[in-house]
Amino acid sequence: MYAQMIKTAGTGVKSREEMTEQERAFQDKIDADIKIEPKDWMPDDYRATLIRQIGQHAHSEIVGQLPEGNWITRAPTLERKAILLAKVQDEAGHGLYLYCAAETLGVSRDELTEMLLDGRMKYSSIFNYPTLNWADIGAVGWLVDGAAIMNQVPLQRTSYGPYSRAMIRICKEESFHQRQGYDAIRKMAEGTPEQRKMAQDALNRFWYPALMMFGPSDKDSVHSAQSMAWKIKINTNDELRQKFVDQTVPQAEYLGLTIPDPDLKWNEERGHYDFTQPDWSEFFDVIKGNGPCNTDRLAARNKAWDDGRWVRDGLLEHARKKRARKVAAE
Amino acid sequence: MKNEWPLWEIFIRGQHGMSHRHVGSLHAPDAEMAIKNARDVYTRRNEGVSIWVVEANNITASSPSDKGPLYEPSESKVYRHPTFFDIPEEVGAM
Repeated sequence: MYAQMIKTAGTGVKSREEMTEQERAFQDKIDADIKIEPKDWMPDDYRATLIRQIGQHAHSEIVGQLPEGNWITRAPTLERKAILLAKVQDEAGHGLYLYCAAETLGVSRDELTEMLLDGRMKYSSIFNYPTLNWADIGAVGWLVDGAAIMNQVPLQRTSYGPYSRAMIRICKEESFHQRQGYDAIRKMAEGTPEQRKMAQDALNRFWYPALMMFGPSDKDSVHSAQSMAWKIKINTNDELRQKFVDQTVPQAEYLGLTIPDPDLKWNEERGHYDFTQPDWSEFFDVIKGNGPCNTDRLAARNKAWDDGRWVRDGLLEHARKKRARKVAAE
Repeated sequence: MKNEWPLWEIFIRGQHGMSHRHVGSLHAPDAEMAIKNARDVYTRRNEGVSIWVVEANNITASSPSDKGPLYEPSESKVYRHPTFFDIPEEVGAM
């Protein structure tokens, strides 16, 4: 999940009696699957929570370019390089779709960017892990994009129109991301013993961070009920995590790779795999800023923003001058 | 105003599309750059053969609260649809 631990604004789910007439009409629309559009009335808490959620999602797409961008110049073949370039470009596009959706809620692009840069807003914990070698690029596409899809597919039905439309566009493109990752890691899993070892090592390092993407266990997610009533969260964290494990285990088996979890086994009764939870203390530590790459990631985003300022200002000034010249000529 | 690029609404006509459709928005310093950016953001997979860009603050939209007065009158005018009229079978296709 690209949005983790979104604090839902407000005091929790209100009963119908506690709601104002306006709030009741709003909830009725959501219950009837009628989309909420930017100019429609909405509770302040719905608006605030969505800005947090969509903003964090957008930031994740943008910061997510860094670990993969790291390998564009060192991709093993020209074809892999072109594919990775297209994928990273897609991530930029996904960030832009989402920022635009957030902006319809009354927050500006610069405000969102500044909140990322000074740490007031977060991005997904997963992008604070390094991509150490080419096998990691395969693992990121396969596992990280795989986990993202799990979360994004249901969000296509979310109640806020612009968010839903952004998710529909994103999901159309996301499947390419996961498949190119699986294809890249498969090449290695079927390669030399050394390549095979690299593929296994990448899976070992990315498995638990990928499971963390769905956020803490349901019993520790205190804010879900209201977000679910508003249909801005569709499934619980544990539901999605289980679904991801069930889907990914056979994919690893096909590759002949081993999931780094000795207790992983099929539970006939539940019809699901039993698996070990990630180390949640590590998760909270990474969220707090102490992951292996937090400092690098934020430094890279800040540098890009600062170094690009003269281009942004220059182009804007050029546009102003051109407009003024046109007016003068008339 | 802060030094933020204005927002543009992007409309794309697809290969077989009959008209331009709104696909989203983006920021750009001017119309020319808006088209260049729209090409990168919204046509990476052959989605279109033509792009329109309109600065967002030039768009006037109807208000959600006018939904009743604007659209309800047409609900009661079923005779505007051809299916309202029964044509005898003997007459043939019409």
